This record gives sequence, structure tokens and C-alpha cells, in this order.
Amino acid sequence: MNILRTLRDKPWLHPTAAATAAQYPGPDTTAAMRILLRFILAIVGVLFFLFIITFLARSQYPDFEALAGQPWQPFTDPSRLWFNTALLACASLAIQCGLGGTRAGKLNVTVAGISAAVFFTILFLVAQFDLWMHLQSMGFYIAGSPAASYFYLLTAIHGLHLIGGLVVLSNVVFRVWYDNNPQSLTAPLRLCTTYWHFLLGVWLVLFALLTSRPETINALAAMCGF
Amino acid sequence: MQNVAIADQPDHLHDPQTFITKYVYSQDHKVIAIQYGLTAVFVGLIALVLSGLMRLQLGFPDTFDFIDPSAYLQFVTMHGMIMVIYLLTALLLGGFGNYLIPLMVGARDMVFPFMNMLSYWFYLLSVIVLLASFFVPGGPTGAGWTLYPPQAILGGTPGYDWGIILMLASLAIFIVAFTMGGLNYVTTVLQARTHGMTLMRMPLTIWGIFTATVLGLLAFPALLVSAIMMMLDKTLGTSFFMPALVSLGENLDYSGGSPVLFQHLFWFFGHPEVYIVALPAFGMVSDVLATHARKNIFGYRMMVWAIVGIGGLSFFVWAHHMYVSGMDPKFGFFFATTTLIIAVPTAIKVYNWILTLYRGNIHLTVPMLFAIGFIFTFTHGGLTGLFLGNVTVDLPLSDTYFVVAHFHMVMGVSPIMVLFAAIYHWYPLMTGRMFNERLGKIHFWFTFLGTYAIYLPMHYLGFLGVPRRYFAMGSTDFIPESAQSLNASITISALIVGLSQLIFLYNVFWSLRHGKPAGHNPWGATSLEWQTPDVPPRHGNWGHDLPKVYRWAYDYSVPGAKDDFIPQNHPISAFEQTADQHEGHK
Amino acid sequence: MKIVVALVLLVIISLVFHWLSPWWMTPIASNWGTIDTTIDVTLWITGFVFVAVNLFMAWAIFRYRHDPSRRAHYEPENKKLETWLTVITTVGVAAMLAPGLIVWADFVEVPEGADEVEVVGTQWQWSYRFPGADGVLGEVDSRFVGEDNPFGMSPGDPAGTDDVLVSSNELHLPIDRPVKLLLRSKDVLHNFAVPQFRVKMDLVPGLVTYVWLTPTVTGKFDILCMELCGIAHYTMRGYVVVDQQPDFDRWLAQQPTWADMQAIPAGDPVAGRASYATCAACHGQQGEGNMAMNAPALAVLPDWYITRQLEHFKHGIRGASEADEFGRQMAPMANMLSDATAIRNVTAFIATLEPNSPTATLDGDPQKGAAYYTTCGACHGAQAQGNYALQAPRLAGQDDWYLKRQLENFRLGVRGAHDGDTYGHQMVLMARSLQNEQSVNDLLAYLNTL
Repeated sequence: MNILRTLRDKPWLHPTAAATAAQYPGPDTTAAMRILLRFILAIVGVLFFLFIITFLARSQYPDFEALAGQPWQPFTDPSRLWFNTALLACASLAIQCGLGGTRAGKLNVTVAGISAAVFFTILFLVAQFDLWMHLQSMGFYIAGSPAASYFYLLTAIHGLHLIGGLVVLSNVVFRVWYDNNPQSLTAPLRLCTTYWHFLLGVWLVLFALLTSRPETINALAAMCGF
Repeated sequence: MQNVAIADQPDHLHDPQTFITKYVYSQDHKVIAIQYGLTAVFVGLIALVLSGLMRLQLGFPDTFDFIDPSAYLQFVTMHGMIMVIYLLTALLLGGFGNYLIPLMVGARDMVFPFMNMLSYWFYLLSVIVLLASFFVPGGPTGAGWTLYPPQAILGGTPGYDWGIILMLASLAIFIVAFTMGGLNYVTTVLQARTHGMTLMRMPLTIWGIFTATVLGLLAFPALLVSAIMMMLDKTLGTSFFMPALVSLGENLDYSGGSPVLFQHLFWFFGHPEVYIVALPAFGMVSDVLATHARKNIFGYRMMVWAIVGIGGLSFFVWAHHMYVSGMDPKFGFFFATTTLIIAVPTAIKVYNWILTLYRGNIHLTVPMLFAIGFIFTFTHGGLTGLFLGNVTVDLPLSDTYFVVAHFHMVMGVSPIMVLFAAIYHWYPLMTGRMFNERLGKIHFWFTFLGTYAIYLPMHYLGFLGVPRRYFAMGSTDFIPESAQSLNASITISALIVGLSQLIFLYNVFWSLRHGKPAGHNPWGATSLEWQTPDVPPRHGNWGHDLPKVYRWAYDYSVPGAKDDFIPQNHPISAFEQTADQHEGHK
Repeated sequence: MKIVVALVLLVIISLVFHWLSPWWMTPIASNWGTIDTTIDVTLWITGFVFVAVNLFMAWAIFRYRHDPSRRAHYEPENKKLETWLTVITTVGVAAMLAPGLIVWADFVEVPEGADEVEVVGTQWQWSYRFPGADGVLGEVDSRFVGEDNPFGMSPGDPAGTDDVLVSSNELHLPIDRPVKLLLRSKDVLHNFAVPQFRVKMDLVPGLVTYVWLTPTVTGKFDILCMELCGIAHYTMRGYVVVDQQPDFDRWLAQQPTWADMQAIPAGDPVAGRASYATCAACHGQQGEGNMAMNAPALAVLPDWYITRQLEHFKHGIRGASEADEFGRQMAPMANMLSDATAIRNVTAFIATLEPNSPTATLDGDPQKGAAYYTTCGACHGAQAQGNYALQAPRLAGQDDWYLKRQLENFRLGVRGAHDGDTYGHQMVLMARSLQNEQSVNDLLAYLNTL
């Protein structure tokens, strides 16, 4: 482990450290951005992790009813969710294509990729909103049952993170357009792509969790010690 | 986010010219640090006044008509919340973190200056929202700083309507502010260190701030999660934390939620929060001690490991705040064990501070006095922590004044001692002038002796069994009359300590104009922030070239050297090379 | 060098304060002496470390104070020393932890055959439930809580009918029998704490928590709520009386069961009209009150409140104090009502009277009074309409001169000081937050506007 070796360094001895003085990596914007993104992903990960833990804890109270399992429950047939998932997956795919475009220096592929990603992301958000309306019309209100509360809460938080991503992405695109230098797009776009994939992953986890049948949820909760 | 200010060439950084760009819309970490600092001190003074009002009621009950039970609980709540979050967290990380990180690691600024500026403005917004709750119908929330549901959002608690909503909103904004700042601190430490500044050459201040920031970034989400869910319970009627209940005779629509779940989330944030405050203080006091004792910090590596170890362990001890909360009592075994384990690295830190003094050459300057005061108060507070952390001993003491005395000693007085040490220590660098030494010493004596006069007796109220958060004790069969005189004396000490802080404020502002010019490096310190070409450092910090680092931050009294300190940016001289080889063969 | 002296003195003062302090744990009255032992162990170990660390520091500061002719010793680390310190600290910590965990194992494990008693907390009162003859506590649910069913007893569960319901804040326990206290809250978090018993535990709505102990000393001990539960948190007091077994049995037999409580018939207003004739002489035909006779309005008061006050007057809980001139006049009047049925009837009659609005007799600033009323409103209601659940009577429409006198009586302990006056106790603590006559006038001026 590198970090363990670092922590065992005896800094008061000069020769060992003198060697590293030469290894100054220099200010590196991309590296800094990458560290930033890693921390952001860690924070967002912790946020959703904690939500999920509370979900599992809450699921063990007697009034909890999962949203799937019985015919009258909305996600026993999760086809709408699969459709939404497909939209978000398309967005992820499109932004990946866009990234490939910048690497290959193909501006039109980049533009098409990013545009498609933005389009599919917005479509996903609209579809999620429509799903909310659908649930409301079925009588599953936010304060109706704990599982419904969690559904609205988690999708809202996930959606807000996507919107945040869109703001950053538009900022990146705007800058590129402003500087007229497509090459500088690669590094920030790679970070955006990672973020999109990450949010797709988060969504898949949420999807799996929210449509789980009671037995699955109980098993998961038991694994966490609730 | 593209304008990363770690460019090696200073011409990229234009000195801001107008008042607005220099002091208001500024992206300079030093200005942002001062903004953070002044705002934090301002709200801190409000919280200090609130504590004075509380103490008036406790020391002299049945005297003041304007302090009724609702107002009292509101004072308690706001005092606690402001002190922990809006003063200590903001001042230690937003203030000192911002000021010291780039200077100590040899960077020109934070890596993301714009985000850094946003961080301050969000912080200011959170403070405004918080203070706004004093002016809404019902006033601020009086649910205690822990904001436990269900009472926090039910009638029967002051400010259960507007107050709690504004409090939760303010916390959420604060968390956003902290996250933006914190991302900057960690990225700057990891990515913008100058030539030769290896991780293990960093001063302990940076280690403390860095670890605390990582803790904060990972722990604040827990508070955010609980704030969001409680907000939904309050406004939309969900039942995350709210069980079926009858509030003041009214059957409410809630059902099935778990108040204990909130407590788990809250303390999963709350305990690391203790170390978010403590670790930067640990770091800074180490540097103050080393500088003024003219001796290297003893056991530097152990100190770093202890900081990292305490930081890691702090995520596994949270439920020691909940031994009597009604959670499964079997958890007590686990959490008592982890809690007492964390005492070991903490004790090692105390030993190493004292061993730094041992065989040193101690200058009893004002920062040093505060640092010594810190060791005393922290030892005291740490040892009483062993009572509360040990699950059985906690039973009679939990929820009494023993708890209040303990956490004020360890988390109030101790970090504030370090804050004063740090302010006096770095004042010459920040302003270019020395503070008034005499006033500083008077301030120290009032603060040090006064706070001990407050909190030592308070532990004994706790042993008696006097519960905390009581507006008035009335009469009981187990508390003797004399306890009231103890309370009165505590109040008098508290008022004296509170008033003596005016000496400090006067000193800070008086010395800005009338202090002796400090010149370069008045303490003879080794670390990088004292080696800037200008005092106070200008925008960009380092003039034309970034400094090069050749050694660790603690080369004090090196045998054979001309002076009793060698700054980090001084190249290795020949005699040191030989000394090293000698050491290496040992 | 002052700091060296100060450090040494602080250590000495701390020790002297500790040894001489009259403020120490109240004598124990339960089986949890082991908890006190763990505190002693912790105190000795931490005390030793406190003295050693600080005296060593003081010595080091003195010995190594600044001397221009000398240089500090250069020593980056000393592995051996650090290892030793770590080992010694670990041993010390283990010495504190081990007894703690052993005692905790006892705390977690309730002995077999322990009696079960339920403690119910609600804002800001205690009540208790014993399982009755069948030894089983009946089911409860907060859905069923109401005026007629303060414990929320489930109507469908036959096990509940013989449950003994103690609506007072006084709990009796037999000496030397282990008891498991089941803790239940109807609204928010509370904490059941008796300092003499050493153990405490939160009451959590939605859960039933527990704590167990064996009382070992007879006597009367305070119960305090130790988890912030709202404005009147500090008034949430109760008593636990530890009795010899026969005394306990006698007390328990006097308490009503759930079946008894359900069997109480409603009052008969027609029968009550006759008894009221005596009352009308002072309180007026319509229960409108009479300032000249110092008789408050009755028509505004809820029947449960009048019932309780009549009982209090009858049993010397109210109107027994020398200083309560008008209360003393009322006590013999209340005695004329022979039994509980007579009281029920007369209150049922009073409930039929129409309240009329009183005239203000005091000068005050209603706006200032509104601020003072915030706290009162928590129990008495935002419109001063009163609240049965909190046993807080209606204040709106009551004569201000009467309320002023009662506030004064509460503040001075003329009323509410009797052990039997649970809610009066709370008012004693509350009334003390207004000391100034003008503040009271302001408050009452505000009440006159409601």
C-alpha cells in the first residue's frame, strides 16, 4: 500500500525526502478536477447509502408495505420503470459516444453525443415526473405510505443530482463554444461521463430496491442487522 | 470551474483593484477566510449572549420575567447550534482552513477559488436564515440542538412551526456551503502542494484540517438526510421519524415512523462533528506548541497516525450518545468498546504535546499560554469523556449537568482555547502587526481560570443528578439548597468570562492600527506561511516563484544549526547530510 | 511562571473541591451499587491521570522555561517511550471498560420472575399501569386514546379489563422485588429517571423500552423526565414510593381497574341542580362569578376540572393553607357534597350553564401579555380554551382578578404545594416565571381579549 508507506516516512531524515522534491507533478487542472469528482461521487454515494439504510431500517416497522409484490401495487409490473431506465441508459450511452468523439477529434460526433445525452436526460426527468403523476392518480401519495414516501424522496434527490449534472455539463459546453477549442473538452467531458454513469448506477440500485418484494427487502434488512 | 488558480505563473493572477473585488466579491482565500472568521465571530457573540441569558435564569431563577420557559429553551437550542456549527465548524475550517491551507502547503490559492467564494456566500445565507428565525411567529426552535423528533415538529415545543423549518433550511444551506469549501480544502491539500511538500512534511495543522474536512464531507450528508426527512415529516406529513401519537390530546395522522432512527442519523453526523472541531484544533495547537517551545513536535508520525486513526474511528462510536435512547441495549457493548478505544490515540496526542514541552526552551507568549491552557482543559474534558463513553457509568450521569460540563470542557473551552492561541499566533501574519501582549495575557487569565470556575463545579451538579435543559429546578428531595449557590457562582463566573471577551475584541481592533509592526516571522517559525515575501501575504501569496520545500515543518533547535529554527524552504546544508547518515546507520 | 503556579493550584483546588464537596451522588436506593463501583473505578483512574499529566506539565514548563543560553533538545520521536505510554494507557482503559461491560450485561438481562409495571409518559405527566389479577398487561394503541380512555386501552382485549390504572403521578413499588418497568410514551420522547435508582431510560413513542431494578430502601423518591419534551419539560415530575409489601398491596387495591373506570356513570344534571343552590349564593345563578364574594365564574370551567378541584377541596389538597383565605372558605362548602356521585351531578349541572363574558378589572398591555402567553398556551391552548389531555382548564372568559390571585397563590406555594396536587405542582413551577405584577396584569389583559 502506497499510502501506508508514505505514512511511515520519517520526514526529519532529509535524503529520503530530497528525492521527492524533484517529483513535483506541477499544477494539474485535470488531476484536481478528477480528485474533486471522486470526492463528489463519494459524498453522493454516502448520501444515497444513508437514505437506503434508513429505508431498510424503516422497512422493518409493521406499517411498511413494499410497492411491489401484490397485484394492486404499482411496481409489481415495473414496465414503466424499465422504460425510464432505458432513457437514462441512452443518456449514458450518448455521453459516452460524445466522449469518444472528442478523443477521436470528431466534432460532429461530440455535438451529437452531448445533445442526445441532454435530450435523454431531460426526457428521463419528464418521464419520472409523469410517473409521479401516475402514482398520484393511483392514490399513492407521498404521505400515504412509507414506501411511497421513500419513492418520491429518492427519485427527487436522484433527479436533483441529474439537474446539477446538466448545469455543469452546459457550463462545460458553453466554455468550449466560447473558447472555440474542442480539444479542451475531453477532460471535463470525461468527468461528466463518469458522473452520468454513476447516477445511472445509483438509479439501478434505487430501482432494484424500490421494486423489491417484501421478502427481498426483509432479507436485505436482516443482512444489515435490522 | 475551469479557472483553476494553481498556475505557476503569477501574471495570471491580477491583483483586484476596487473595494468590491478586493473585499466583497473576492476569490482570494485570505479574504474569504477573514469573511468567514468575522461572520463566525459575529454569530458566536450572539450565542455568547444567549448563554449569558440562560445562565441568568439558572443562577437566579424566579427573577427575570423576560426569560420564560419557551425563551429559555430557544436560547439553549440556538446557543448550542450556533456554537457547534456556525461558530466552531465555520471558524476552524472556513476561517483557519481557508487562510492556512494554501499558505502552509505553498499554493497560490485554493484550487477552485470561485467555488470557495460561493462557499462563503452560502454560509452567510445560512446564517441569515438562521437569524431570521428570531423574527418569525413563534420564534426560533426550542427543541434542543439535537432537534429530536417528534417534539421538534409538534406543538408544545417552542418554534415548532416556522422556527424548525428555518433551522432545517439553514442547516441544509450550511451543508452545501461546507461541502463546496471542503472539496476545495481536500483538493488543495492533495493537488496543490508545492515542490517538495510531501504529505509527511506537512505541518500538523494541515493534517488536522485535512482529516477533519474529509470527516465533514462524509458526515454532513447524514445531517442532510435527517434534515430532509424531518422537513418532509413536518411539511408534507410523511412518517419517516414520526410514529402514531397523540399530541396534546390530538390524534395525529402519523404512523409507524422511528424517532430512534433520527437519532442514529443525527449522531452518525454528530460524533464525527466533535472531531471536525477537535482535529483542526489538535493540529493548530501542535504547531503553536512546537514554535513557542522551540522544539520539534514530539512523535510527529504518531501524531499523524493518531489524527487519521481518530478520524476513522469516529465513524464507529456514534451510538455512545444513545445508551439510554431506547435503542437495543445490546449495542452498548460494541459502542462502549469502540469509544474507549478512541481514548488511546487521543491520550497519545496529549502525551506528545507534553513531551514537546519537556526539554524544550519554552517562551511563555500569549499563544503558548492558551496552548498550555488547552492541554489542561482538554485533559480534563477527555477524562470525563471516559465516564460517559463507558456505558454503565453513563447511566446515572446521562442527561445531567455532567454531560453539559463534559462537552463544554472538551468541545467548547478546549477548541476555543486553541482558536485564541491560533488567532494570537497568526495575528502578526494576517495583519502585519503585533497584538498587545499585556491585554492578551489579561484575556488569557480571565478566560482560562474563569471557564474552569464555570465547568469544574458543574460536573458536581451532574453527580448530584441535576438534569440538563431544565428551566428551573423547583424543589426535589435529593438536591440540597446549596446547589443553588453553586449555580449562582457558575453564572457569575460565566458572566465575567463573557465580558472579558471584550478585552479580546478591543485588543484585535486596537492592535490593527496601534500594534507594533510585526515584520517577517516574529516567532521564528519554520512553516511555510511565515516565509512569504510580503507580510501580510499579497494576492497569490508567493511573489514570482513558488517556494521549494526541503525539510519538514519542525526543524527547531537542530544541533549544529546557526539559528534555533530552519524554515522549510531552506536547502539542506552539508552538516545535516552527515547527521542524517549517522542517524541512518543507527 | 504564573502559569506553573496556576496549573499546580488548579490541580490542588480540583482535588480539594472533590473531597470537600457536599455535592455528590444521592444515597442509592436500588440494587445498582455496582454502577457506583464502576464510577469509583473510573474516578480513581482518571483522577490519577489528571494529576500526573498536569503536574508533569507544570514541572516541564518550569524546568524548561526560556533560557537564551540553552537550546531545546532535538528528538523527533522515541519509539520505546511512545510504545510504553500506549501500552499503559491501553491497560488503564481496559481496567475501566471491563467492569463497565460486566455491569452492563446485568443491566441488559432482566432477572426471571421480575414484576412488570408499565410507566406511561405524556406531555407533561406520568401515569402507570399494573397488569392486574391475570398478570398480563392488556393491549394498547394510541388510536384509542381519548378523554374516556387516557391509557389507550384496546377495547377488544379482555386481558386489559383487570389492568390497574394509576392516573396519578405517584407510583408505588414493593421493596426487594425486582421490577421490570416497561416504558411507553404517548407523544414525544421522555426519560424515566430516579436519581436514587441510578438507572434511566428514554420513553420512545412507537416503542416499548424497559429498565429493571430492585428497590432496596423504602421511601419517596422523585421521578424526573430527563429527555427534553417541550416547554413544560421541567415540570414533568412524579414520585416513586417504595413500600413494604403489605403497604404496597393496600395501595394497589385502592387503585381502579380499567373495568372500574368504564363503570363510572355520567353525572345527572337534574340531581345536580338542587345541590347547586348552595353554590349559587356566591358563584351566581348562572355560575357567572361574583367579585364581591371572591367567587370565580364556574360556567366557563370544564366539568373534569371542577370535579378535580372539588375533590381537592374536600381532601384538604386545596384550601388547607393558612394563607389561602378564600380557599379556606370553599373547603367546608365542598364537604357538603357527600360523595363522588354528588360531585358528578353538580358538575354535570354546571356544564349546562351558559358562560357570559366577564368585565376586565385590570390594566395591562395585551401585546406584551401575548408574548408571555406563548408558554401558557402550550397547555391551556392558543385561544385559552383549555385542554383535557393536559388537564389544563379553560382560561378565556374567567375573571381576571381570580386568575391573578391564583397565579399569586401558585407562585407563593399557597396553592399547588400539596403532594396530591399533581397539576398544581406544575403551575407552581410555571407561575414563578412571572415575578412582576405588571407582567401578570399584561398577561391577564391579553386573556381578556380572547
